[in-house]
Amino acid sequence: MAEMTANLERSHEEHLREQHLMLDPKPRGEMNAMVMEAMHTTSWKFWVVAVILGAIVLVGLFGSWGYMIAEGLGVAGVNRPSYWGIFLVNTVFWIGISHAGTFISAILRVFKAEFRRPFTRAAELMTTFGLVQAGFSIFMHMGRVWLAYWLFPYPNQRQLWPNFHSPLSWDLLAITTYLLASTMYLFLPLIPDLAMARDRSEGWRKNIYKVLALGFRGTEGEWTHLRNAMNIFAFAIIPVMFSVHTIVSWDFAAATRPGWNSTIFGPYFVVGALHSGMGAVIMVLAVVRGTMKNMKYFIRPEHFDAIGKLMLIISMTWAYFFFNDYIVQWYGGDKWTKTLLHWHEAGPLGWMWFLMLIVNVAIPWLVLWNKKWRSTPWIVFVVGLLINVGMYIERYIIVPISLTINRQPFTWRLYQPGIEIPLSIGTLAFFILLYMLASKFVPLVPVWEVEEGQMAHSVKKFGRETVVTVSELE
Amino acid sequence: MELIDLNEVGAKGAIVEEADGKWGMVIDQDLCTGCQACVAACAMENNIAFVDEEDAGYGRSMQWMRIERFWEGEYPEVKMTSFQPTLCQQCGHAPCEPVCPVFAAVHSPSEELNLQVYNRCVGTRYCANNCPYQARVFNWRDYERPEPLNNQFNPDVTVRRRGVMEKCTFCIQRIHRAEDQAKSEGREIADGEFAPACAQACPADAIVFGRLDDPESQVSQLARQKRGVQLLEELGALPRVTYLKEG
Repeated sequence: MAEMTANLERSHEEHLREQHLMLDPKPRGEMNAMVMEAMHTTSWKFWVVAVILGAIVLVGLFGSWGYMIAEGLGVAGVNRPSYWGIFLVNTVFWIGISHAGTFISAILRVFKAEFRRPFTRAAELMTTFGLVQAGFSIFMHMGRVWLAYWLFPYPNQRQLWPNFHSPLSWDLLAITTYLLASTMYLFLPLIPDLAMARDRSEGWRKNIYKVLALGFRGTEGEWTHLRNAMNIFAFAIIPVMFSVHTIVSWDFAAATRPGWNSTIFGPYFVVGALHSGMGAVIMVLAVVRGTMKNMKYFIRPEHFDAIGKLMLIISMTWAYFFFNDYIVQWYGGDKWTKTLLHWHEAGPLGWMWFLMLIVNVAIPWLVLWNKKWRSTPWIVFVVGLLINVGMYIERYIIVPISLTINRQPFTWRLYQPGIEIPLSIGTLAFFILLYMLASKFVPLVPVWEVEEGQMAHSVKKFGRETVVTVSELE
Repeated sequence: MELIDLNEVGAKGAIVEEADGKWGMVIDQDLCTGCQACVAACAMENNIAFVDEEDAGYGRSMQWMRIERFWEGEYPEVKMTSFQPTLCQQCGHAPCEPVCPVFAAVHSPSEELNLQVYNRCVGTRYCANNCPYQARVFNWRDYERPEPLNNQFNPDVTVRRRGVMEKCTFCIQRIHRAEDQAKSEGREIADGEFAPACAQACPADAIVFGRLDDPESQVSQLARQKRGVQLLEELGALPRVTYLKEG
């Protein structure tokens, strides 16, 4: 009898270990070696995919862009009245993707959510690389991109400054701030891991890591400085993140167009960004777990479960804001807005509107409530993919489809994308390529954060009860 | 040298001029026959590019002035409404101006017109999105000019290249020429002394141009008529073009 109870208890403890990374510690040396191995093990498939993506980037992104610069925007599908088209869809989409990185990392760090530990880095990388694509997309849409530096406030002989009344100027400042802040925020927690990589590599790699690690040796003083800096950044970047997407929404909300000047657009865009961004994070994690070595130890079903819950909540929030935006505009009773809302659902692209609601709301609600399903990587991968399709469609409805309808019915005309399609595929390929290359150079799992968490957690016995304890480290 | 701070003076759009404005136009829709002479004259006067058929059909035609026509019902029971020549309304409180990030769409305090500085335009096309009248046109490509029209350029007007926004200027080159002429002769410009290309070309005299701040000018008298309406007046953009139409 006593033996049976002991067995049961042991199995309970083993069960906990199996479930939770924080309760399944490994020696630090071994864990470091695992991450280094994941970085250095590269199969031929990786290079095949990388070369294909590189070719797509060269032809689809840079080739098409060069052609478009030489020929004019006429090779794209933009026209009157859809002056912006897919270019702005891509911009908003990529900024949205970049949001979840910071959201997961900063908010969960601030609230000390323990499940964040193994995937903060993967999320932060998404922020930086997503913003790069957003930058490409916004410069791409300019008629004379070679004069883009005029948007920056630089001293010049003619005393000309950018127009700070324009939402585009706010946009530029917000995105630049966010790019700088998120890059620094990515870099800070990377320092100990770069130092770890420096100590475990040779040759030219060692030299690069040496420079990047800034001579980090892991003394108590260095850790204190690092923690303080990270704390400041984690708190400071949250309002920046909210402001950036609100400002992106003002590009639309501050305009005089029906369907655009909606006061709810700020929070609606922020939630929409989180919606697509969470979907993207979970896709990245599923791919990383499936393709990279040793990652099944770090990224476990519990993490998909936790992100799945967040996705479900964000999906509900998005649905609320969508409904709010719709109902208030409809209730306003403006003739043009009503025409536009009818056009959304019943126009030639009405199927998009319904598809958006199905993949953004119905599918997440039907799937993510189930713990077993939301812990299964391939299922959440599919849900994340569908959410991203839905959020892309949402932006497509806001930009080209809404632009079709204005107050001058004589100019109404449908929009058909032209060279925007290879350009969009090019930015997607560039994002994936950057991520793949980064995974070979940067430890994708913040080892020190995992180790820190594992030190703080322990499984204790009080009498017959197995209890998980967490101690405050900082 | 006195420096001009554009954030203070022009271009903010927040500047609301006197409600009546300076230069204005009246278009009599009851007289308009839809002959498009104004459209052709405008294109010739302002060096507007020749857009090919395919692009024009796709919503890339570049007329600064277009004749809008509407109809009700299905053929053959069609009821036409009057033709509506639409051009930049030279708003006193223009939505296109504050959204331009580089001050390419600016307000001219002296002429009280909306200017588009082609050299400064970087082609974000935000102004065109924000124009409730859809009066702005974009140079989607460098369009070819067919023979022999390549010899017909107005030297007073800049030729625009691809990637630049443009729009009706109320023929500002003609305004300036008339002002210079009047100044050299030491007098004020007389009412009806000159007209923009569209008004000059109109065979029905449906377009009248002049000073709105002179209550005795023909344009002011016409604009005061009961038949007068302004497009999308409810938006408060203070358009300077009045349409005359029997209620």
